[in-house]
Amino acid sequence: MDYVKLINCMRCGMCLPHCPTYKETFLETASPRGRVALVRKFQEGELVESEKFLEYVSLCLDCQACASACPCGVNAGELVAEFRCERKNEKGLSMMEDMVLRKLVPHPDRLEAATAPLRLYQKTGMQKVVRSLGLLKMFPEALGRMEGLLPKLPAAPLRQTISEVTPAVGQEKGTAGFFLGCVMSLIFSEASLATVTLLSALGYKVVTPKDQKCCGAPNMLGHDMEGLKDAARFNTDLFESHELDFVVTDCGGCGAELKKYGHHLDGEEGATSFSAKVRDISEVLAGEAGALKELLKPLPLKVTYHDPCHIAHCQGIRSQPRALINLIPGIDFRELPEADACCGSAGTYNIEKPEMSDRVLSRKVLNVQKTGADYLVTSNPGCLLQLKKALSEATPPVRVIHLTELLQMSMDA
Amino acid sequence: MENNFIKALAEIVGAEYTLSDPESLACYGYDSTPELQSRPGVVVLPKSTEEIAGVVALCNGAGVRVTPRGSGTNLSGGSISFDAGVILQTSRMNRILEIDEENLTATVETGVITSALHREVEAKGLFYPPDPGSMNISTMGGNVAENSGGLRGLKYGVTDDYVMGLKTVLANGDILKTGGKVVKDVAGYNLNQLLVSSEGTLGIFSEVTVKLIPKPQTKKTMLVHFPQLEQAALTVSHIIAARIIPATLEFLDRTTIKCVEDYAKVGLPLDVDAVLLIEVDGHPAQVEEDAAGIREICERHHCSFFQTAASPEEALKLATARRVALSALARVRPTTILEDATVPRSCIAPMVKLIQDTAKKYDLLIGTFGHAGDGNLHPTCLTDERNPDEIRRAHQAFGEIFEATIAMGGTITGEHGVGVAKKNYLPKLVGESGLRVMRGIKGAFDPRGILNPGKIF
Repeated sequence: MDYVKLINCMRCGMCLPHCPTYKETFLETASPRGRVALVRKFQEGELVESEKFLEYVSLCLDCQACASACPCGVNAGELVAEFRCERKNEKGLSMMEDMVLRKLVPHPDRLEAATAPLRLYQKTGMQKVVRSLGLLKMFPEALGRMEGLLPKLPAAPLRQTISEVTPAVGQEKGTAGFFLGCVMSLIFSEASLATVTLLSALGYKVVTPKDQKCCGAPNMLGHDMEGLKDAARFNTDLFESHELDFVVTDCGGCGAELKKYGHHLDGEEGATSFSAKVRDISEVLAGEAGALKELLKPLPLKVTYHDPCHIAHCQGIRSQPRALINLIPGIDFRELPEADACCGSAGTYNIEKPEMSDRVLSRKVLNVQKTGADYLVTSNPGCLLQLKKALSEATPPVRVIHLTELLQMSMDA
Repeated sequence: MENNFIKALAEIVGAEYTLSDPESLACYGYDSTPELQSRPGVVVLPKSTEEIAGVVALCNGAGVRVTPRGSGTNLSGGSISFDAGVILQTSRMNRILEIDEENLTATVETGVITSALHREVEAKGLFYPPDPGSMNISTMGGNVAENSGGLRGLKYGVTDDYVMGLKTVLANGDILKTGGKVVKDVAGYNLNQLLVSSEGTLGIFSEVTVKLIPKPQTKKTMLVHFPQLEQAALTVSHIIAARIIPATLEFLDRTTIKCVEDYAKVGLPLDVDAVLLIEVDGHPAQVEEDAAGIREICERHHCSFFQTAASPEEALKLATARRVALSALARVRPTTILEDATVPRSCIAPMVKLIQDTAKKYDLLIGTFGHAGDGNLHPTCLTDERNPDEIRRAHQAFGEIFEATIAMGGTITGEHGVGVAKKNYLPKLVGESGLRVMRGIKGAFDPRGILNPGKIF
């Protein structure tokens, strides 16, 4: 941990009103400024890694709203994550972590096989039986929460069904590499299919290398830096072996991680130039607004937009998704209060810290309801999972869809 | 801190809001003041006036000292407990109790965030002008305790121009109500004004009633460059002399301009001495007339560039340089010492010059920006706390700057408060009789000296 990064914090407190856990608790230990102080005092030997210390540090969602707000360029969320990685590196991974992060996540075929029973579970109607009998209460709490978040799965993951090359419609403008996020491919394959359709309709040939692996974000969440670097090296080599004008993803989490490969693999060949090629789908589409507008038909919907942390705070993308929604004729766009505040999903946070996650989520739901929108648009699978469940249970329910799904709806209208 | 005492506190505010673990104490050992730190003995977060009163009465009985704290953005060490006492954080008391549109007042709990009040009253076409730099997180109680200013001070004044009523917990736990919603009130001493800027040493505020005014109908933003500092300063004086009172009249010096340009690339020239950001607001006709007058004065003083924003978006763009000034400076070196020396408006040019000369003399990097219209400057020293020699030189330099401020008829602090950081300079400013009166007042309010001890004097 670079000590200067810690002392750069001038303790001005500008991060506090942007931190979801501070807003819920008003506790300094639950604020970005407090977390930087905790890590600094640990480094200085003034504090030890007590149970409380770990509890405070792990309450961070790593949403990085603090980084957007910091006048001095301190990224408290990232500092805390790096600190936890370093500590983990000293202790090593547990057997379970090793199994998930090293033996499961980096292997898309194993990951797909692992989710197959879930598909069966839904298809056979077993899910309905389990839910209606309240059998979930018999599961450990975390498992119950996970089951509850699961939306209807597609018939097959997109990685299995999509062809490696999707030709451009009409005159070819260039070639886009498509990075399939694991969760997007496994659960939200329709949205990712819409992404490919949009790119192709706008004149891009889309190359989707089948061998691609998880971006490594789960390794970062599990504080497994080496696993992350392995993923980064593999994906860099794979995509750099194709002739691509840019690499696009429709997953905020993947995009943020891919753009940081250059940082993670500091100095290693290809990583920086690969990262420089990565675009969130909204960046590409906003650059094609003129052509896209021609394809869109009226859609008289009341729509609001939730900024995923990995899009707004980690990639600084805010105006593009809004501009794209407003391209749709007849759309009634309503700005969401505290739109760029985390929804509480935050990787596996909603499973690990259910109580705080629920508090952060409740605030989001209330804000969505204030807009009176029928549809909430967002562009990250974690947010989609979290908000689909919460807003389907709200009165009146609000439908939650990916940005590319909304644009596809307008194209097909 | 004794366990029984902590238990007694927990009975008042709840165990969840009584913190005594080493990690919490470490995190409540600082505010926004550079260099100063000291761990408290315990931290409490009360939810009501009664809970504050309970905590203070308990402390008074036990002779334990209490330091109130809002969001911990104090810049003079005022919200640090230097003798392992109690930190009383007011953030949970965050309800806006009433916006009275007939009397044009707002009554809020002490922990309400300043900008949250702005939002609520502006939605009703009303205006609460004080806008300290930390307004997105600073609390109303803290603003009253420090008498916070901001960018709009020149035309609209500072916090004490808006405080109409206070509910204050006194040192013995009694609750004192002062003022109210009436504009005229001469019944006895003006305790409201006495309590404003008392920095937590006379009582702890639990509720604040402030005056509201109608929201200005429109505003116009102008950005002006001056090759020569003296001309910029004369412009400021002449604008005021022309009976034009801008809402905002902000200044950036050469060092700040360079840092802003390095950081934000907003297109500022590096060969000018000063940039002024000017905003006039009010009735559209008046705004037009004022803007035209300002343009004429700026041109008469050889500005090299003058731009008026044509739209709100453009206004935001013009204001960027001033808005990012502190960020731009703070990124240059790890440690940022932000001061608030304030001089009569007519002394702006000699003051800026003196700051620049002092920086050179002590081999320091000091950028100056601030509220030129009201003489409140922010000389900002960019340094590194790991370099004790440089830190020592920084303190020497500021010592000289404050002496010069006093000599010019100014003050050592325009809006950050004395706290502990400026304690040594206060006697020079207020003299022996000033101190004697202040000590007498302190003794009358807090005979046992339990309220934020060691601050101010």
